[in-house]
Amino acid sequence: MKILIKNGRVVDPANNLDKVCDILVDNGKIARVAAKIDCAAESVIDAKDKIVMPGIIDMHVHLREPGREDKETVLTATEAALAGGITSVLAMPNTTPAIDCAENVKLLKSIIKKDARNFVFIAGAITRARQGEEVTDTAKLKKEGVLALTDDGSSVDKDEVFLEALREAKKSKLLIICHSEDKTLSADGAVNLGITSTRMGLRGISRESEYKRVERDIALAREASCPVHIAHISCKESVEIIRRARKKGIKVTCETAPHYFALNEEAVLGFDTNMKMNPPLRAQEDVQAIKQGLADGTIDAIASDHAPHTENEKDIEFERAQFGVIGLETEGAVAITELVDKGILDWKGLVRKLSVNPAKILGINKGSLGKGSDADIVIISPQKKWTVQRDKFLSKSKNSPFIGRTLKGVVEYTICGGKVAFSR
Amino acid sequence: MIKWQRKDLVGLEDLSKEEIELILSTAESFKEVSARAIKKVPALRGKTVVNLFYEPSTRTRVSFEVAAKRLSADVINISTETSSVKKGETLIDTGKNIQALNADIIVIRHNSSGAAAMLARNVDISVVNAGDGWHEHPTQALLDIFTLKEKLGRIKGLNVSIVGDIAHSRVARSNIWGLTKLGAKVTVCAPKVLIPPGIEEMGVVVTDNIDEALKKADAVNILRMQFERDEGTAFPEQLEYFKAFGVTRERLQKAKKDIVVMHPGPLNRGVEISSEVADGTNSVILEQVTNGIAVRMAVLFLVAQGRDKK
Amino acid sequence: MEFKEKAKIMDKEAMERALMRIAHEIIEKNKGIKDLALIGIRNRGAYLAERIATCIEKIEKGKVLTGILDITLYRDDLTHASEQPLVRKTEIDFDISDKKIILVDDVLYTGRTARCALDALVDFGRPKYIQLAVLIDRGHRELPVRADYIGKNVPTSLKEAVQVRLEEVDGKDEVVILEQGG
Repeated sequence: MKILIKNGRVVDPANNLDKVCDILVDNGKIARVAAKIDCAAESVIDAKDKIVMPGIIDMHVHLREPGREDKETVLTATEAALAGGITSVLAMPNTTPAIDCAENVKLLKSIIKKDARNFVFIAGAITRARQGEEVTDTAKLKKEGVLALTDDGSSVDKDEVFLEALREAKKSKLLIICHSEDKTLSADGAVNLGITSTRMGLRGISRESEYKRVERDIALAREASCPVHIAHISCKESVEIIRRARKKGIKVTCETAPHYFALNEEAVLGFDTNMKMNPPLRAQEDVQAIKQGLADGTIDAIASDHAPHTENEKDIEFERAQFGVIGLETEGAVAITELVDKGILDWKGLVRKLSVNPAKILGINKGSLGKGSDADIVIISPQKKWTVQRDKFLSKSKNSPFIGRTLKGVVEYTICGGKVAFSR
Repeated sequence: MIKWQRKDLVGLEDLSKEEIELILSTAESFKEVSARAIKKVPALRGKTVVNLFYEPSTRTRVSFEVAAKRLSADVINISTETSSVKKGETLIDTGKNIQALNADIIVIRHNSSGAAAMLARNVDISVVNAGDGWHEHPTQALLDIFTLKEKLGRIKGLNVSIVGDIAHSRVARSNIWGLTKLGAKVTVCAPKVLIPPGIEEMGVVVTDNIDEALKKADAVNILRMQFERDEGTAFPEQLEYFKAFGVTRERLQKAKKDIVVMHPGPLNRGVEISSEVADGTNSVILEQVTNGIAVRMAVLFLVAQGRDKK
Repeated sequence: MEFKEKAKIMDKEAMERALMRIAHEIIEKNKGIKDLALIGIRNRGAYLAERIATCIEKIEKGKVLTGILDITLYRDDLTHASEQPLVRKTEIDFDISDKKIILVDDVLYTGRTARCALDALVDFGRPKYIQLAVLIDRGHRELPVRADYIGKNVPTSLKEAVQVRLEEVDGKDEVVILEQGG
């Protein structure tokens, strides 16, 4: 099966390429990239005026399967991902049961084999049942193919347990992804602590609850000399702490989510539960710091933290509503609208955050359009506008904070593993 | 004069100065109705007002009930004890069921901040917030402001101090929005642990010194201290609180002679206010209760009109 | 709907004469001013009641009670009023029981305002009787209501509107007929 993509603007920072050329895909791989390719192909795509880039690698996705198939399944999530130009996802292990042992990894792998429409990589739990007490058998998890370890949704509170986990992970050459939150500091909060929590009459989640834990996680990672990745950072102090750690040569990477650079805390003032996530939307100065962190390279990656919830869990009193928002189908467009269009990142910079860096952090051989690479490609109309509509989501849940927003950048084609897996 | 266009009254934060003034001037007219021998007008005849109370509150519920009845509306009271709420029905479902009864106005009291706003978004009928969590209690603030204006003739330029548990007070928040919009200078006074972060950004001065708060005040609004809410956080003892923040005759002697003393009730005598002050000549506490009827009549009347405009 | 002015049917002098005549008729019909009270319907009726009271006082050299009635809350068209009605105060500082009440309004048209006013008045007490005085009667009654004192009968069509303008509200005294424009 050959696919020929003609006349697109190919943005491939892994090969230092940003120019109009043709790409030939053959047998699941990139066969050729050249100024002009003329050959017979089963499928020819005219990509004139479009961006051709490596498929998005979203390293923070809650597939909800097994256990909460009412929220999302591997099938619906991966279909939604393809519509968003995402060809690889990292599945978070906070399912029911948690992915904390070889058997559960096998269970998830069997579902993926049956239903996944794109590449699904697996993160295992750091501790058994994500309870923060007993470190999982990392060697066995590694053997089953997990790429990283995380207790996402919770932090491992006990220093000694986390330190042990870091040492085990280092032995197994597994990345640890930190959900950095001190729940004793964020206890029962619902929105950013400060004028917003005060205006709304809600308990607040302080910045300290995040950045103090980022500080600890980095300190322990340094002690164990094991690389860590900090998930979904939202506040300026976190950016600053990571920036300083990097300068000291500590191996720490991090990601943020689109809502942390596209929205500030004022979006939550109307008590819209689709604006409720953890960490919460922060102040405008934090949004600025996140953008600055993306621009200067402190923040390596953009990940959706796709967290589907049913209407039953969202259409209730704000305090009782679940934390989390969906993001697979809006991630790319929000990033284009807020970062590329506003001059914070150029296209190469954006592709690094969405694809090259996540591949590098996870140690997977993707994120490149070089000859012989996996043919995971997304083709985007960069100037085309669309309005996010609730009933257009492919995801099973509809809890998006961007409903009603007009965004720039439409995914026209997603090629995954050498096949056109999505086209508009 | 502007027109009332809203279906709901969720909070004073959303209202313009003109909208607040419209409610106050409408309430003036309604106050006269309550002074008549026949205290009833047919303005909401044939309309149904549902008091949906998820928190026990006799005062506010009775005030709304009297207000609705003086407008000739039919009133139905639903409280958590008697409804299907305890069986796990969601607030939106409850609201839609009330709407299906062809009721016209829901007056909601709820312990969760934002509940009134959520209900208002999800039903077509009018919703009046009778207190949601720590968020807002707009009719209480409106009646406080109405009483103040009646006593002092104006709001603009007044120094008003609010004393008590600001952090957990919807009355404080609504008063701050209302008073600042109308041009009053507001000071909030409480022990530091009961001052919520960033409150200065709402345009108020913060102090933890009660004498400071009383010194220049034209009026003081004393909040009820709810020690039963104590969640194990650093909360002062009752007696200790009275000594440090209680409004007493001795403290008032250092304030302006004709300072207006308000309290949303019910009173904790000897905790936030001494009996001498509560019953003294500066106190307008019972007038607040009377004015509460007029203000709630005005609100029910206006939202009923506002809904019909939709 | 656009209205444009069609004809002036009363000027300042004519209005003064009409009010003076109504004052004389009220005194005659009620055999003096004992227990008499004039209650004007907001907005313009209130000013007309004051003016008629002044006329009566000039003639009889005695005080006549006056009050203002706001009938907004008694209107039967509250929920579909296109203009949101502004609720204002009723100001009747005396007990109306056993009084001879003269209700005063500017224009008598469908009779619904008078009906509201009667409803409102009886909530204040039990007058000896109630009579109705209007500056203009333009016809088209929808209720069995008639005026006891009329400044001027003005036959109109339904496409027309009658506007009473008063110094206190509009800056000048006159009555005009408006017609619905194209």
